[in-house]
Amino acid sequence: MEAAFYIAGAVAIISTVLTITRLNAVHALLYLVVSLLAVAVAFYTMGAPLVAALEVIIYAGAIMVLIVLVVMMLNLGKRAIQSERQLMQGKIWVGPSVLSALLIVEVVYLIARARLSGMPLGSGSGVLAPKQVGIGLYGPYLIGVELASMLLLGALVGACHLGRPVSEKAEARYDRNSDGSRARSGGNLVRAGAGRSPDAP
Amino acid sequence: MRRDLIFILMSVEIMLNGAGVAFVAAGSRWGQPDGQIMFLFILAMAASEVAVGLALVLRLYHQHHNLDADAFSDMRG
Repeated sequence: MEAAFYIAGAVAIISTVLTITRLNAVHALLYLVVSLLAVAVAFYTMGAPLVAALEVIIYAGAIMVLIVLVVMMLNLGKRAIQSERQLMQGKIWVGPSVLSALLIVEVVYLIARARLSGMPLGSGSGVLAPKQVGIGLYGPYLIGVELASMLLLGALVGACHLGRPVSEKAEARYDRNSDGSRARSGGNLVRAGAGRSPDAP
Repeated sequence: MRRDLIFILMSVEIMLNGAGVAFVAAGSRWGQPDGQIMFLFILAMAASEVAVGLALVLRLYHQHHNLDADAFSDMRG
């Protein structure tokens, strides 16, 4: 159990460092998913099975897919096919595959060990069962659950409002002042970092 | 320094995840479920943050055709 925790932690740290050093957003996302899965395995070995499952389902499953979808949406057009071809070739998939293979070996080992010892998965000493978490969540933390529901409702309304289709008129009104229109007309384009001194961070 | 909005969002996710790891580790160290409960709240917060953030990214890309954070300097008041 100790060794499994340390291996999962090492995989998490390595993949996170690789995430923030990649130049391509899709490569970084691959490593980020591996990092989240490694953190989930670490949670499981720490004795938090509910949180480990939620990490896989919500973080690696929902949030990362959302980001991948947006990255794909921003990549539309002629460049997309070319960049897809670039993504498929090369040795990009080797790093994440090796790290995930380590994780799957670990998970298989943990499941096999639980089977052999005859105890159900996610039980044993030092394990906080989902039942305890649920009792705490709907007992002393009930107000937090209500606040989280308000926050999610606010996020839903905000995302719907920001993502609504723009009318042509509003777009034309905005476009007169935007960087894009200024670049097209050859006017004073606000370039990235134009006003910043070179030694600023 | 990197100023791509997508990378900024991903880094925020990493930081929130790190905070969650700290909470869960502390909870398992003292055998209390409170750490896991806090992680659930962090999870809800991260999900709503990424939803609003990505909607903003889409809108900004639609208007500026650029995702550099410095390209939005003309938004300052």
